[in-house]
Amino acid sequence: MADTAQPKLLEVRNLRTYFHTFAGTVKAVNGVSFDIASGEVMGLVGESGGGKSVVGFSILGLIDSPGKIEGGQILLDGEDLVKAGETRLREIRGRDISMVFQDPMTSLNPLHSVGRQMDEVLRLHSELDAKARHTACVEMLESVGISRAEERLKAYPHQFSGGMRQRVVIAIALLARPRLIIADEPTTALDVTIQSQILKLMRRQIAEKGASMILVTHDLAVVSEMADHITVLYCGNVVERGRTRELIEAPAHPYTRGLIDSIPDLSNRHERLQQIPGTVPDIRNLPKGCNFRDRCPRAQALCAEVEPILTAQRGSLSAACHFPLSPGETA
Amino acid sequence: MIDATAPMLEVRNLEMHFSLGGSVLERLRFGKKGPRLDRPVVRAVNGVNFSIERGEIMALVGESGCGKSTVAKTIARIYKPTGGELRIDGEDVAEHDFAQMLPVRAKMQMIFQDPYASLNPRQKVRDIVAEPLLQQTTTAAERREVPAKIEALLARVGLNAEHAGRYPHQFSGGQRQRIGIARALSVTPGLIVADEPVSALDVSIQAQILNLMKDLRDEFGLAYLFISHDLSVVHHIADKIGVMYLGFMVENAPRDVLFSRPRHPYTRALLSAAPSIKEKRDKEEIELTGEVPSALSLPSGCCFRTRCPFAWDRCAAERPSLRDVGEGQTVACHLIDEPERDVV
Repeated sequence: MADTAQPKLLEVRNLRTYFHTFAGTVKAVNGVSFDIASGEVMGLVGESGGGKSVVGFSILGLIDSPGKIEGGQILLDGEDLVKAGETRLREIRGRDISMVFQDPMTSLNPLHSVGRQMDEVLRLHSELDAKARHTACVEMLESVGISRAEERLKAYPHQFSGGMRQRVVIAIALLARPRLIIADEPTTALDVTIQSQILKLMRRQIAEKGASMILVTHDLAVVSEMADHITVLYCGNVVERGRTRELIEAPAHPYTRGLIDSIPDLSNRHERLQQIPGTVPDIRNLPKGCNFRDRCPRAQALCAEVEPILTAQRGSLSAACHFPLSPGETA
Repeated sequence: MIDATAPMLEVRNLEMHFSLGGSVLERLRFGKKGPRLDRPVVRAVNGVNFSIERGEIMALVGESGCGKSTVAKTIARIYKPTGGELRIDGEDVAEHDFAQMLPVRAKMQMIFQDPYASLNPRQKVRDIVAEPLLQQTTTAAERREVPAKIEALLARVGLNAEHAGRYPHQFSGGQRQRIGIARALSVTPGLIVADEPVSALDVSIQAQILNLMKDLRDEFGLAYLFISHDLSVVHHIADKIGVMYLGFMVENAPRDVLFSRPRHPYTRALLSAAPSIKEKRDKEEIELTGEVPSALSLPSGCCFRTRCPFAWDRCAAERPSLRDVGEGQTVACHLIDEPERDVV
C-alpha cells in the first residue's frame, strides 16, 4: 500500500471473535484485518450485526463469556494484546487505548461525581499528586468546552445534559493522553447540532494530542467527515476498505455502493431511494460462498461456491468481491 | 359539519401543556413573600398552526424536546390538547371523548418509532393487523371479510400470508415496521401520523420503508404527518416541512424552498450541522453554542434567542410571530424586519 512509510500503531491480523450460544456459534468477527498509523482516524462502518462494536471490544479485551477471541493477533506497537493477561490489559486500558461509548447516560457512574471519575484515570495511570491531578482535570474539562470546570467537577452525571455528558466521557478518554481512542457510535444518541459540536471537538483534540482513533459507526455521513480511511464490515468480515474519498465516491464492493445509495442525502435529487433488497442473513447460519450474495444484484454462480477474499482493487481500495464495480458503475 | 373541501388535517393554535404534579411538600417553595405552592408546567407545544391537504406529506423536524412528538400524539388524540383547534377532515376533535373519537380513528392512524415496543408480543401478526379493523366493523358480514383483507394488506407491505400466524419476535426490525404500517392501513385512513418511523432502522432497511411509505401515498392518496429529527430523511419524503424549536414552529415552507432558502437562523444551523457524505459544499456555517433551554421556564421573547448568533435586545423583548415571506414560506424571526443584522 501507499502509506507504509507511516509506522503502524495498531495492527489487527485475522481477528476472530465468536460467541458460543445455545442456539449455535455466532461468528461475530470472522477474520478481520486492518491497521492504523499514528495520528490516523479510521472509520469502521456497517449495519447492526456487522460486528463493528465487537472489534472495538476485542481490542480492549472486553469480550465476556460466552464470547471468546478464537484467533488472530492484535498488535499494539508489536505487543500482542490477545496474549496479554488481565493485569497487563488493565495497564493498557485508559492509558494507551481508551474508549468512548455510545450512550453517555449509562457509561458514567451515577454514584460518583464527575471529578472523582476523572481523577480515577489519573490515579491509575499517572504519577501525579492529588493537586496536580485536580489541575489536570480542570484543564481537560475546560478544553472540551465545559465552563466553570472547577465547580462542575463536583457535579454528578445526572446534573449534565446528554451532550455535556458525552463531553465528560471524551474528557475522561483523553485524560491519560492515550495513543488510540476507540469511539463506539459516540454521537448516535445526540441531536444533530450537538453532534456537530462533539465531532468538531473530537477532531480538534485528536489533532492536538496526536492520537489515533477508530470511529465505529453506522453513519457513513459522519465517517466521511471524520475519517482518513474507512473499513466496511458485513457479517463479521471486511468487505471493503480504502481511503475515505475514494471509497465514498467510487466503491468497488456492491454492498458499499448500496449503503451509500440508500442514504437520503441532502444533495441527492432522486425521488426514490436505492435500496438493498432483503435483510442481513442469520449470522449463526451464514450461507456458503459470499455472505452478501442473496442481496447482491451482481451475484453469479461463482458467488455461491467460493467465498471472496479481500484483494487489492484500483487506487487505495481493496474489496472482497468476485465481480467488483468499476468507477461510476451502479450496483 | 363535514366539508369535503376541507384539508385532511388543520391545526390552529394548538397548545399542549403538562402540569407536573407532586405532593404539596414537593411543590412548596419559600420566596421573599413567604411560602407558596409552585405549579410547574411543561410548555411542550405553544400555539402551533399548520394544515395538511389530502395526499400531502408534511414533516415536522427539530431536536429532542422541541415538541414534535407531542404534536403527533396530540393530533392522534393520545393527549387531549390544553388549547386550540384540531380539525380532522373538517371536524374539530379537540374536545372529543373516547367514544366520539372512535369513528375519527377510521380516518387517522399512527405509526410508531420503535417497532419492538409498538407490537404486542403475545398477539399473532394476523390479530395485530386486524385489531383496528375489528374496532370499526359492526356487522357479521363485514367481519367475515376481515381475514381476506388482512392477507391483501400483508402482501401490499411486502410480507406474505404465512407470516400472519407468526409472533412479532420472529421478525426483524424492518419487517416489524411493515406490520405496523399494515395495521395503520387496515382501516383505509386518509391521514397517517408517523412518529420517527425509520429512526430505529438500519440505513438499507430505512430506504425500503421510506420507499414503501411513498408508494402507499401515491396508491391510496394518503396524507402523512411525518415526525423526524433527520433532515435528510425529511428532504427525501416531505412535500412541506415545519421546523420546531421549544414548542414553537419557527419556520414552515415547501421542501425545496426550505432547503434552498432557509430563513430562520435555527433552520440554517440545522442544515449546516447535518453531516453529509458529499465533499463539503460551500455551505453556510452557523455553529450553535449551548443547549436547548428547559420547557419548564421558556425564555422571554424569541424562544431561540439564547442560542442564536444574531440575537439582539428586541429578541428578548418581543416574541416574533410566523409571517409570510412569499412562496408559501412563513418564518418567525425579527431578522425579516432588519436584514442588515444578518451578519455573523
